[in-house]
Amino acid sequence: MQQYAIKRILLFIPTVLLVTMIAFFVMAVLPGDPAIAILEGDGGGQYTQEDLDRLRHELGTDRNKFVQYGDWISGVARGDFGDSLWFNSPVMTELADRIPVTVELAVLSVLMAVVIAVPLGIVSAIKPDSPLDYGSRVFTLIGIAIPNFLAAVLMILFLLKVFDWLPALGYVDLWDNPAKNLSQMFFPAFALALYEMAFIARVTRSSMMEIIREDYMRTARSKGLAERVVLFRHGLKNAILPILTISGWQFGRLFGGTVVIETIFLIPGMGRILIEAVQHRDFPLIQAAIVIIGMAIVSINLLVDLLYGWLDPRIRYA
Amino acid sequence: MFADQADNSEIDILEANLRIRPKPPLHIAVVQGVARFARTKPLAFSGGSVLAIMIIIAFLTRYAGLAPYDPEQIGVATKFGAPGAEVVLGTDQLGRDVLSRLMYGTWVSLKVGLISTFIGISTGTMIGIFSAYIGGLFDLIVQRMVDAMMAFPPIILALGLMAALGASDRNVIIALIAILTPGATRVIRSQALSIKELDYTLAARAIGATAGRVVLKHILPNVMATYIVLITITVGFAIVVEAALSFLGVGVPPDVPTWGGMLQLGRKYIDITSWLALFPGIAIALVVFSVNFLGDGLRDVMDPKLRGR
Repeated sequence: MQQYAIKRILLFIPTVLLVTMIAFFVMAVLPGDPAIAILEGDGGGQYTQEDLDRLRHELGTDRNKFVQYGDWISGVARGDFGDSLWFNSPVMTELADRIPVTVELAVLSVLMAVVIAVPLGIVSAIKPDSPLDYGSRVFTLIGIAIPNFLAAVLMILFLLKVFDWLPALGYVDLWDNPAKNLSQMFFPAFALALYEMAFIARVTRSSMMEIIREDYMRTARSKGLAERVVLFRHGLKNAILPILTISGWQFGRLFGGTVVIETIFLIPGMGRILIEAVQHRDFPLIQAAIVIIGMAIVSINLLVDLLYGWLDPRIRYA
Repeated sequence: MFADQADNSEIDILEANLRIRPKPPLHIAVVQGVARFARTKPLAFSGGSVLAIMIIIAFLTRYAGLAPYDPEQIGVATKFGAPGAEVVLGTDQLGRDVLSRLMYGTWVSLKVGLISTFIGISTGTMIGIFSAYIGGLFDLIVQRMVDAMMAFPPIILALGLMAALGASDRNVIIALIAILTPGATRVIRSQALSIKELDYTLAARAIGATAGRVVLKHILPNVMATYIVLITITVGFAIVVEAALSFLGVGVPPDVPTWGGMLQLGRKYIDITSWLALFPGIAIALVVFSVNFLGDGLRDVMDPKLRGR
């Protein structure tokens, strides 16, 4: 296990470096000059070469790209992402309140997806070709294909038309008013969870179907164990590994979805501020948001890999 | 010698029966192939048909003026007009015709989706083949890059690129190419790696074929099936990402009619009317389902190895 963990962690380091490089150079190398973009704004405002030089100096973009990267990365290592151009304050103070909101949304989604999808997948696997299995497979097909922003808009439309009601859009802190917070977060989390739900249900079904045919399942039954014990202790325990891996990966993927969902449901999270930053071309903030999301995802993937190796000895010796 | 020109002697009949059936000419073969596809994969075939109709509508709208109104024309009917005889799908907050705007949106969506997918997957395929063929340090570096790129959710990377490039349909295509290439590189590389070790490739190299010949004559034709399947599966994804970017207001500029932008308007005025959100939503869902069904069907037919991906 130790060897496996060390190997994983060693592979993690270059990935982290590359993630920071991509987050930085995507902004810095592309043809767009942030200084020109800021001065021109949306309508092509007037500015002189002098203004341009001064702003470039202020932003530090008149230096060598690699010097800039070194400067930036040493700040990032200390948790300092520079100052936001749009909010005129340190990026970190802008993001500090936002990160927990997005994390809450993502955690809620994953919980929802797992709680609904795993039982659905199991039932679907135990009784293949039953009406419930067909229903679940149709749901899977739709859930995977439908984009989350469309699902969210349709959900709002449905609530308005059928119940003539919408939860108050916006965000109340979880600790201030848990009931209101959960009522506000339920639908965004559900819209976000649809894809994960469908995906996890599909994986659970196929993984469970494979396990059901195993010899040890037949042995467990033939020695007279209750069906419930056979399914859960012998079946699910073995089927859970791929489900766990997929859920972990999906957790990372969710961060992409939060951008859209937060915008639709007016939730002040990381995704929402990223959109604002993109609209105002706030480069330090965009870089910070991208690098934080990227790091969160590679870290989660590392954790999933380690957990997987710990749970399944076949992986760590492979 | 043709059997029907000969006498009806028994030997000729025997000969006619033994004769290998000639290959049908290309156009008949294509029709037969499509018919077989329609029979065995009805869902995929209907998806393909819907897609074909959409492409035709897109071209006719762009070049033949199929749309009933100018999509920019304000005040075609009253604001927020309900669907009716005059304006089939109603009007938006400025009184513009929703149907005409949807038809122009089809052009934008399909153009962006198809061009970016074609270039992105082709680039990824080439990089993947070279990465597998050259191997060594080059392969290592390329694969680390791919890993890092794929660590980001595609929409996040696209947002960053759009911020750097500025909103326009050309830039959406560029951003999409950047996020589609790594995935294709990874899939094609793993296939090319196994082809590289197969006997026929080894034999070709043993008799002294140049690297270019091996790549062009042996590796490329054998990843073609995967390449075509990848393109079909990816088009739907590309269209969704474009719609998401336009929905967020950072993709195609808001004055150009796009499905994503129209859905955003529908969301904004959802208290007033539901039509505005419903129709672009249906358009997006329709194209995504069609492409997914077609992609799944093609994958089963052409490349069983990709099944379950």
